[in-house]
Formats: sequence, structure tokens, C-alpha cells
Amino acid sequence: MKSTDVLFAGFGGHGMLMAGKLLALSMIKQGKQVSWLPAYGAEMRGGTANVTVCISDGDVMSPYIERPNALVVMNTPSLAKFGPRVKPGGLILLNSTLIKDPFTRDDCPVMSLPASQIAMDMGNARATNLILLGAYAGITQIASQEEVIETIQETFTSRPKFIPLNVSAFSAGWKEGTRLRLESGVEFAHQENEEEETDSRYAYSNG
Amino acid sequence: MAKILMKGNEAIGEAAIKAGCLYFFGYPITPQNELPEYLSKRLPQVGGRYIQTESEVATSNMIFGAAGVGVRVMTSSSSPGISLMSEGLSYLAGADLPVVIVNMMRAGPGLAGILPAQSDYAHATRGTAHGDFQLLVLAPSSVQEAVDLTMLCFELAEKYRMPVMLLGDGMIGQMMEPVEFPPMEVGPPMNADDWALTGCKGRAPRLVSSLFLDPVELNAKNHERFEKYKVVAQNETRFELYNCDEPYDILITAFGVMSRVCKSAITELKKQGVRVGLFRPITVKPYPSEALSSAILKARRVLDVEMNMGQMLVDVQLAANGQREVDFMGKCGGLTPSIEDVVEAVYASLAKAEAAV
Repeated sequence: MKSTDVLFAGFGGHGMLMAGKLLALSMIKQGKQVSWLPAYGAEMRGGTANVTVCISDGDVMSPYIERPNALVVMNTPSLAKFGPRVKPGGLILLNSTLIKDPFTRDDCPVMSLPASQIAMDMGNARATNLILLGAYAGITQIASQEEVIETIQETFTSRPKFIPLNVSAFSAGWKEGTRLRLESGVEFAHQENEEEETDSRYAYSNG
Repeated sequence: MAKILMKGNEAIGEAAIKAGCLYFFGYPITPQNELPEYLSKRLPQVGGRYIQTESEVATSNMIFGAAGVGVRVMTSSSSPGISLMSEGLSYLAGADLPVVIVNMMRAGPGLAGILPAQSDYAHATRGTAHGDFQLLVLAPSSVQEAVDLTMLCFELAEKYRMPVMLLGDGMIGQMMEPVEFPPMEVGPPMNADDWALTGCKGRAPRLVSSLFLDPVELNAKNHERFEKYKVVAQNETRFELYNCDEPYDILITAFGVMSRVCKSAITELKKQGVRVGLFRPITVKPYPSEALSSAILKARRVLDVEMNMGQMLVDVQLAANGQREVDFMGKCGGLTPSIEDVVEAVYASLAKAEAAV
């Protein structure tokens, strides 16, 4: 049984929760089990907003992850908080338009992308989240481009005017992610946790 | 039916609709607001009624009124709101009324915080309010289980004519997971024909009340009710054993979503050659004591993990009955023990087990 998890983090309004939701929905299409756990609370106002998406072949065990396999990060405060927590061998993907300070880890790849700039060049900075989602998917190949685009179309059925921008932002991100993967020199697969099947029995006290 | 991605709060709302619930009264509080919000939209679509009350005290009396006339009714709140309803819960139990109460626990005491916690365990299972009574309390660990148990809550409330609580936490409420709603044939509320206040034209008048001034009558009523609790314990106690088929050294006890963090820790420990089982009560009242006792006897030591200061710990110690030492690890205030915290605590328990040899 294989599983992985990814933390999407940014400011409230950056759309990281939506990016996580689109990934979760795409993974359900693959028949995976998922959980989508947002940090809710006071920190949503002006502080960081983040969501952990867990993906598994079997039941998702802990939806609460302190040390994720991957971090997709929009801004400096979120990187400061979560960057050091990514599991060794995991992936950090950062938005270099908003994160100017250098960030390195010896034990996991840190990839950067001027995601906000790419989105602004496309005409709307609000599509930055989809650029990053596209790049994450392009790097890890966790979902196919078609799967996510289909998810975007289904998710925005009631607001169809958002579909073209989101699809093209995702596709642009995908292209960048594919480039980053090739440049990294390795056939970059997303970090997965291997788990043995474990017995689980439900019972009534009277048998 | 395909699985849909839903927040726990909304999924519980839909489960209530599927279970035939037509009435919801409640007062807003984080982290359960999506539940009343969802029902405020859905109930009118199915011919039901949603009312936002002026307070939780009013809520508990409105669900008393609705249950008293034999309709299927629920409310939901979070910790401080449930405290405000407590008097009403005692009255509901005293009048043998079937209602479903959802508590999406947040950190306490007092107004405290809005983040997830499990610190109402003692309140739900022991000290809900004045008088001799019990609630039937079910604790889901996933959104799908929250759906399944919500449906079960209505069934059990009517079957045993008693208030039933779904005890979740902010994480269950706010998290999205794929869910499906099992097809369900629902009729009108069960077993309400011979007591509900439906208008006494052509029959003798009835009274739904928790007031019994005659001590002999009240004593008999309470004994009768506790006989019923015994039947509930016999028939309805539910639990999960995880990784317990193979021998284990440490048995972890945890309920609700906390148990899933422990499952991840167990998987991690398995890779390191450490043998750990998990016992998860699904009904926290009645508590699956006998099953836990048997599971405890197979372990060298027990580790109870909770998002509080150690409330279920008492039930675990009772089940251990002095036969095994029980360690406790908990975080509260809105913090959740992490996988790494649980792994560390298991090693600490193991070390104590070794030292005791």
C-alpha cells in the first residue's frame, strides 16, 4: 500500500485550499482515498492558510501530518514555518515571486518557480495557485494533465467564466513542472510511503 | 453511487436528511457551523424546518418539544454550546426522548479556543448534567464513519427512546473526505405511537415530562431506565481492533480522529520492528470495557493517547483493572499529538515495560 501527502500553504485568499481540493478530487478519479484537512482558526485572518492533502491506495490513516512528503508554498511566513518540517527526500516547491530570501535544505530538493509572475503575465495574479498546482503535478506526475483539467471543469461548472483561466494556468504550471523535473536530472517521482496491510476488525461486544 | 468529497459537518447534515430527520434547531458556534448552514438549505427542500434559535438553552428545550410530539429532530453545537444545553439534556433523558445531538468538540475549558480537542469526553460519558442518566455516545474517526454513525444515532435514539450524541471534533467537522451515503429506507419515527403527544382526540391524554414528585415512582423509573442502559450496553457496544491479530507489546487506546494518527504511528513502528496494537472504542458510552480488558491482557503495557488531559484514561484504567500499567500522552488547547509524538511515547512506554522486568 502506498501513500503520500502534500501541504499547500500561503496567505488566506491565495487559493491554496482550492488547489488542494482540486488535487484531492483528481486523486479520487484515480480511485485513491484522500483527506483534505485545512488549518482553520485565527491564523486564517492575515496569517497563513494551509491545507494538508493525504492520498493513499488504502484508507488514509492520519489526516494530521506534521512532517509532509511535499510542501507547495506561496509566501515567506509559510515557508519559514513549514519548510524545515518536510520529510527528508521530500519536495519543496516555492513561489519565487513572493519568496525572495534563499531557502535550502541539504536533504530534499527545493524547486522554485516565479508562479505569481507567470500568472500576472497571463493576466490574473489570482491564478497563481493553479500555476503551482500544475507545477506540483508536472514534477511529481501524480495526476495526469487531463485528469486535473477535467476536475477543474467539473468544479467550476456553476462559474464557467473561471474555467479557461484556471485551465491555462494549470497547463502553464504543468509545463514548468515538467521542465523542472527534467532539469533536476532525475526521473523525479513523488515521495511515497510504503505501508504493509494491517488487520482491522470491527466488532460488537456481544459478538 | 460515486463517492463525493464533503466536509464532515456537511456530510453529517446530509446523513441526517437521509435518516429522515426533518427538524433542526441550533445556535451557531465554530467549528460546526457548516452543519446548520447545510441543513438551513437542505431541510426546506425536503419539507423540514430549520430554526436558528436565540440560545443553546432554547435549543435544548425546542428539541425537547419536537421529540415530545414524536418527530425526528436533531441539534448540533460545540463544547461551550453543549454545556449550555446540559440542563435540557438531563430533561430529555428524564423524559425518555429520542433526539440526536452532535458535539464537534473544541478546546476548553471556558470559551477557550476554536481548534479541535477531545476534552468533552468526560462531559459526554459521565458528567453531562444533574441526575442519574446516561447518553449513548458514538465517536467517529472519519467523515464516512461520521455519516454511518449519524444514521445509526437516529435509529438507536428511537429504538431505545433516549438522547444519543455524536461526539466528533473540529477536525472531523472541517476535514473533507470522500463519502457515500448508503441507501436507506426510512419511515416515520419508530416506537412513538404509544407515548408521543399527537393530540388526544379519541384516546386518553398523555404526558411527556421529567417531573416525578413521588419518590417511589421516580426510584422505579430510574431503575427501569438503568435496566435499559444494560440492554444498550449488551447490544450496541462497538469498537475497532487494529493490528491486534499478531502479538503486540504495547496496546494504544485512542478514540475519534486521534486513533488515525496512532494508526500511522503503528505503521511507522512496524517498520522499526516494534509491535503495537490499537483499541478504538466507537461507542464511548457504553464503553467496550470487556473487549478492552481482553486486549489489554495481551499487552505488556498500555498507552492512552488523547487530545485532552486524560479523560478516557479513567475508562482504560478501569478496563486494565490493575493488571497492566497505563501510560498517558496527550495534547490539548487545539494541538494534536503528531505521529512522531505517538512513536516517541510508545518507545517511552516500552522502556518502562523493560525496566519493570
